[in-house]
Parts: sequence; C-alpha cells; structure tokens
Amino acid sequence: MAELAIELIGVNKHFGEVHANKNITFGVRKGTVHGIIGENGAGKSTLMSIIYGYYQADSGTIKINGKAERIRSSHAAIGLGIGMVHQHFMLVDPFTVLENIVLGAEGGVTLEGSLAAARTHLQKLNQDYGLQVDPDAIVGELGVGTQQRVEILKTLYRGADVLILDEPTAVLTPQEADDLFRILRLLRDQGKTVILITHKLREVLDITDDVTVMRAGEIVGQVRTADVTKEDLADLMVGRKVNMHLDKAAAVPGKKVLSVSGLNLVDSRGVALLKDIGFDLHAGEIVGIAGVSGNGQSELLEVLSGMREATSGSVQFKGMELATLKTREPKAAAYRKLGIAHIPEDRSREGMVKDFMTFENAILGYHDDPSVRRGFLFNRKAIIERCRRFIDEFDVRPALTHRRIGLFSGGNQQKVILAREIHANPDLLLIGQPTRGVDIGAIEFIHKRLMQLRDEGKALLLVSVELDEIMALSDRIIVMNGGAISGELPAAEATATSLGLLMGGHK
Amino acid sequence: MSQPANMPRWASLWLMPLLNLFAALFVSGLVIALIGEDPVECLKLMINGAFGYPEGIGYTLFYTTSFIFTGLAVAAAFHAGLFNIGGEGQMYLAGLGVTLVCLQFDYLPAYVVIPLAMLAAILFGGAWALVPGYLQAKRGSHIVVTTIMFNFIASSLMTWLLVDKLRMEGSQTPATREFAQNAWVPMLHELFAPLGVELPNTPLNASFFLALMALVLFYLVVWHSPKGFVTRTVGLNEKAARYAGIPVDKVIIAVMCVSGALAGLAAINELLGSTHRMNMGFTNGIGFVGIAVALMGRNHPVGILLSALLFGALTQGGLDLSFEKPAITREMIIFTQGLIILFCGALENLFQTPLSAAFKRMLKNQ
Ligand SMILES: Nc1ncnc2c1ncn2[C@@H]1O[C@H](COP(=O)(O)OP(=O)(O)OP(=O)(O)O)[C@@H](O)[C@H]1O
Ligand SMILES: [Mg+2]
Repeated sequence: MAELAIELIGVNKHFGEVHANKNITFGVRKGTVHGIIGENGAGKSTLMSIIYGYYQADSGTIKINGKAERIRSSHAAIGLGIGMVHQHFMLVDPFTVLENIVLGAEGGVTLEGSLAAARTHLQKLNQDYGLQVDPDAIVGELGVGTQQRVEILKTLYRGADVLILDEPTAVLTPQEADDLFRILRLLRDQGKTVILITHKLREVLDITDDVTVMRAGEIVGQVRTADVTKEDLADLMVGRKVNMHLDKAAAVPGKKVLSVSGLNLVDSRGVALLKDIGFDLHAGEIVGIAGVSGNGQSELLEVLSGMREATSGSVQFKGMELATLKTREPKAAAYRKLGIAHIPEDRSREGMVKDFMTFENAILGYHDDPSVRRGFLFNRKAIIERCRRFIDEFDVRPALTHRRIGLFSGGNQQKVILAREIHANPDLLLIGQPTRGVDIGAIEFIHKRLMQLRDEGKALLLVSVELDEIMALSDRIIVMNGGAISGELPAAEATATSLGLLMGGHK
Repeated sequence: MSQPANMPRWASLWLMPLLNLFAALFVSGLVIALIGEDPVECLKLMINGAFGYPEGIGYTLFYTTSFIFTGLAVAAAFHAGLFNIGGEGQMYLAGLGVTLVCLQFDYLPAYVVIPLAMLAAILFGGAWALVPGYLQAKRGSHIVVTTIMFNFIASSLMTWLLVDKLRMEGSQTPATREFAQNAWVPMLHELFAPLGVELPNTPLNASFFLALMALVLFYLVVWHSPKGFVTRTVGLNEKAARYAGIPVDKVIIAVMCVSGALAGLAAINELLGSTHRMNMGFTNGIGFVGIAVALMGRNHPVGILLSALLFGALTQGGLDLSFEKPAITREMIIFTQGLIILFCGALENLFQTPLSAAFKRMLKNQ
C-alpha cells in the first residue's frame, strides 16, 4: 500500500450537542488528489479544520507521514507541511501579491531583503506549478480565480506538501475551475497531496484519485474514483436514490408580471454596469440569466430588488412602474411588500445576520409584518412557530430555532433563506445562485421546490453561473455579457456550446 | 487565526467579568500598598462605606441611578454598531433643558413641571446626539470623533451660559438659583415616610424607579421588538440591513437620539433629585463612567444594572474612604475606576484563553 500523507484514527468532535465528527478513520495517500464529499453539515469542513489545527479533536489520533502529531494551531499545521486555502480568502487587498505572500512569513530585519528573496522563490513556484501570477499586481484588483491562486502560492511558499481546499470552485466560473484543476494536477504530479472538498460530483470524477464520502458526521464510503459512477456517489452521499434529472412539464405562461426595458446603470466612476436591458417575465415561467459572473447579473438583481437605483429605464411590475415609484421606506422594503422576494447571491453577507439566531433570520426583511408583531413588540411565539415550519419543511439540520445561524453549514443557511422568501408567497421571486455550496440532495429539493413555485403561477428570475442549473430549470434563457443582453433563446434549444458562445459575447 | 472560544455561556457572562474585576482590584491594591496603606483595610472601609449603613446604601443607589442611564445610553448606540462617547455632553445639554424649564416654570405644580423638565432632558440630550448621528449617517463622519468634539462644545457652551447668562444675580459662583420645590423629584425618604417606613435622608429619589423601568423597557425594545431588531441588524450587518429594506441612515440617527435622551435622563437624577440647581460641571464624569458600565455590563440590562451598582458603590465607598484616609484621594478612586475599565474593556479577553483551556480539561476529565 502506498504511503499515507495523512491518517486519522478514531477522531471525534462535538460542538455542544452536535456530534460533528464521529469516529473518523481514514487515510490520504501521498501524491494523490483526494476528494471529500458529503451533505451539508456532514462535517467535512470541521474535519479539515481539525487537520489544519483550527479545531482540536475531542479524541482520536492524527498521523502525518506516519507519525502521530498533536496539531494545536494552524501554525503547527503549517510547520508540518499542511496548507489550507479557505473559501473566504485571507488576503490584504491593497497589498501586492508578493507582499501578501511574504506577510506573516517575513524573515530578517528589513522587508527589502525578504521581499527580494521571496521574489526569486516565488518565480520558481510560479513556473513549477504554472500558476501565472504577477507578483507585483495589487491583490484587490485581481479576479477571484487569480486571488485563489495567490492563496495556493501562499501555502506553497510556506512549504506545504499537503493542500486542503474547501469548496474552491463554489466561487469560480467553469473556465477558472478548469484552470484550477490543471494546477492541482500539476501539483499532484510533482508529488504534492491535495484534499478537495466539493459538492460537484463532476469535479470529483474529473480530478480525484480517491473519494471519501461523509454523512451525518461519519464516513460512509471510501472508494477509488475509477471504480464508481456519479450515481453511486450521489446515492452514497445521501443514503437514498437521488434523482438528478429534473422532470419538467411544459410551462404555461400566464400574465406578464415583469417588464423591463431600456434599463441602464452607470456607477459613480462612470462605468456602465447595465446597458439597455430589456425582457419580459410571465407568471408560471422561469427565466434563467446565464453569464460569466461579473457581467451585470448581480447588478440586475440589485436593481430589480430595490437595493440599487437604476440610472435610467423602466421596470414594470404587474403593470406598475417601479422606476418612478415614490416610497417613504427604502425601495427594498416597498418592493417586498408589493410581492417581490429576493434570494441574494451573497447569502452569508447579505441574506442573513450571522450572529442572529435562526428564528431571527427567519423574519429578516419581514420583521414589520403584522403576523410577527403584537402591538409594538414581537409575537415571539408566532416567530418561533414560523421558524419551526421552515426547519421542518426544508429539513434544516440541526433542527434548532435558537442557534446562531453562522454556526450552520452553508447549505442549511441557504435553506433558511429560501424558506423565508418562499413563505412570503411572492408574485416574483428573484433568485441568485440558489445552490451555491449546497449538496446534491438539497439541490434536488430546491430545484423541485422552484419548479413547484413556477407551476403555482409564480414568476421566477434565476441568476446562476451553473449552466446545468440554468438549463435544467429555465423555460427561457437570457445570456448577459458586459452588462448587456447578448442573446435570448428557449431552453429547449440551448446547449452548453450555444450558451458558451453567447456568454463570450458572440451573437 | 486564534482558537475560537470554547466556554459555557455562564462562564463568559459571569466568570470573566468577575475575574477582570478582581484583577483590577488586585492591581489597585498593589498601588495602595505602594503608598503605604493597607489594601485589605481600605477595601473593608470602601465596602462598608458603600453598603455598611443606610445612608451609604442610599448614596450608592443614588449614584447607581445616574450610571444606569448613561450606561444604557452607550449600550443603545452600541447595538446599532455606534460607539457614543458623548454621553457626558448629552447629559450636560439635557441639564440645560431641565434648567431652562425649571427657571421659567417652577411656579407650576410638580405634576406639570417635572414631566416638562423630563421632556426637556430627553429633547435636549437627544438633540445633542442627533447632530453626530446625522453626520455619521449622511456624511460618514466618525461618531467617536464627533461625539468627543461635542463634549468639548457642550462644556464650553455651558461655561459661557453659566458664567454670563444663567448665573444667579449677585453670586460669584457659576450656578443658577435654586429651583423651587415644585420642581424637585421626591426623595425616597419623603415618599416612604407616609407609609411609616423610615429611610435615611439621602439624595436617592424617585428617578431610581425611572432607571429600573428604563432597564426593563430597554430589554423589551432591544430583544423583543421590531425596532430593536432593526437596530441590531444595522449594528451587526449593514449590508443585510439594506437587503432587508431597513433605512440604515434613519436608524442610525434615531438610535443616537434615543442614546442621547437616555444620557439626558441622568440629568434629572442629578439636578432635580439632588442639587436642585445647575452647577458648572455637574455631570462630573458620569457620562464617561457610562461607557465602562456598558462595556462591563455587556450591553445587557442585567449586566448594566450590576455594573452600575458596582460603580455606584465604588463612588460612594471611595468618597467615604478618602474621608477616613487622607492619603487616598479622589484621584485614587478614579484611578481604580480606570483600571476596571481597562481590565473589563480593553483587556476583556485577558483570561479567555486560559479559562477556555481549563474548561476543556475539565470536560475531558468527566
Ligand atoms: N464552530 C461551530 N460551533 C458549533 N457548531 C458547529 C461549528 N462548526 C460547525 N458546526 C456544526 O457541525 C456540523 C458540521 O459542520 P461542517 O461545517 O463541518 O459541515 P460541512 O460538511 O462542511 O457542510 P457544508 O457542505 O454545508 O459546508 C454542522 O451541524 C454545523 O452546524
Ligand atoms: Mg463546509
């Protein structure tokens, strides 16, 4: 048997009443890419945080290169050659790439010396692993994909032999993801070990050598990737048959709900973010907006949800002109009352307050609703009951109303937001990246739920960078490029190639 | 990255502040020993001065009353993510409102003039906080800077008014005339005398009950009302607040007004409860102590009540102590207060790491 870079024996971790890791025993072969998959809240991130020294296991042994170690801090983990690329990058935006990489690992008295030494080292790493990062670029001006590569460089610079990546592709475009995988393969070929957490089975099959499957804190499967199919993995993960194919009845579009025309948005620096956007959306219809992220989709959602004022243009909702609507309260509140609900793209920063309990997040945006008040106070009982319903109906785990939502795993946070917005029974639902970081079981559920809303006669506008998702859900697809609509086509006619061309701006 | 805290809730709520408090008292003790006094004896004298006899208790609770108000003022702003350092100035200006009402209308019956004076305290205190609130919300001027500046402005303004405009005719001291009795908030010993309960003669007055009511109301509003929900949302995540359709600017301004009004109510306790006239510098640092009270009380009414009581006791016990021990001056007491602020505020997490490690070991051994 090949040598193990990392071996865990009987590792346990509790958070209060939550048993996040149960008796975990598994090994990662040296020089391989090892995938870890599992439902939201299965305990993947916790396990990695234990290896990285961020959490301490309650019991169990961790062996690094065959030697039992106690990893008390991330610092110790780095010393043992373990590096982690976090999902939220830990970079200083105004600094250059070089400065970011040296930060915290400066040797010597003056910065000059260490910077010069670092530069040569960096060039070599850059070349060896085909990272293509300009050491003098300002980090804040780089795209997400490049920033991620800076993070990888950072760990390599500190001498990492084992790289842990927690859902690295959740924030990447498909092209960027391909780039990342090319780099990861190169790393593996040069003898590094990579641990990759992801919810995308395609990626698992594509790049990993071994896969470990977790469910409810336990390991339920350890397989060689070559021996399994996508379906096998899905079933292992969820513990039942997953239907990855969405059955979609033909849409029966009703009345026009939303009509956008000539919509423009220019930011304070004079950059045009939205250019002459126009489209219609009917009741009982899902329109998908495809595009490489950063091509105006986010801004469009912001304008339509009232969070941002358009520079010019018309937005008609159920025949009412929203652009000139005068409201005393902020537009986001007024729109919500008119029947526009919004699932924001950036759920952790916009859609919820991490330090609030589940039940408090269950009313964010609806906190003024008569149904949750009693006079000038809240009707606590009604709120808790509502939250309970959300939890039951959307299978939020752990099923706790009084728990800070920041402690839930990403997928479960998303379920709470989804439940809240759907519960409002809106006529128009704006949806940004509904399944980012969400496990396949939950994706199945969320997709079904969105379909159901459509069939109930709601109008849905879906923004997603996942082409599969757009194609599976939408009735019509609009493609955006550079802030403008570069094409529109019925979902039945769309293929990945035709959309890809439009996304690139070819008409 | 550091280790996340791993402690039972009760420990971080109760044990940590207590440990911090003891650390502060310990350092004060060292300094007292250094100037040649016996720290244990001093501590005894202080505790006795604060709680050992009826008058002492009365004075302690009188000081506590003001600290509750200024502590709540800081806490209110804090929940919206604002650090209101301006309690001192807001209280001072509220005092002006109270004074103007009393000088004009103290011939009216008590049930008219006292509510009127309270209203003035709320309006003047609130208005003095409104301006920094507005500048923060609309212009992005940092609230800490503006409220500090407003303290200075308040102080200069009041000096001018007291010296040139409001000073009692024929008097050399910068103070107003005494308000008529109608405007005095009834003392506790007066209130209880008809019931046959005899209380010592201290400035403790009905404002104390107002403070207790404010604590309860604060709890209800912050954690059980939409207004508080909106405030905390703004304080914790402004982006989410915008997403939720919360008018962030308005909330900031409104919360600052409430904060200033709360600080203003401390002026009622001082002016209508005790001095019955406006003196220069009557606020005497009460606004600043409010910062410590809120910090130590974790911005929660129960905590604020307890820490206001602590600072009240420290003030009263300290005064008694400085009578007994001339070597220990008022400044020594302020020094101790400062230490408590340092340990409970700035060094709040001093004991967190060892403590959570201790808890971990304990849990393991079970
Ligand atoms: N710091 C914490 N305090 C309390 N509970 C936590 C903490 N971190 C994680 N948990 C809980 O432990 C469980 C496992 O969480 P973890 O983040 O490891 O899941 P995950 O498999 O990474 O999920 P996802 O795919 O959604 O990222 C969840 O129930 C989560 O709520
Ligand atoms: Mg995770």
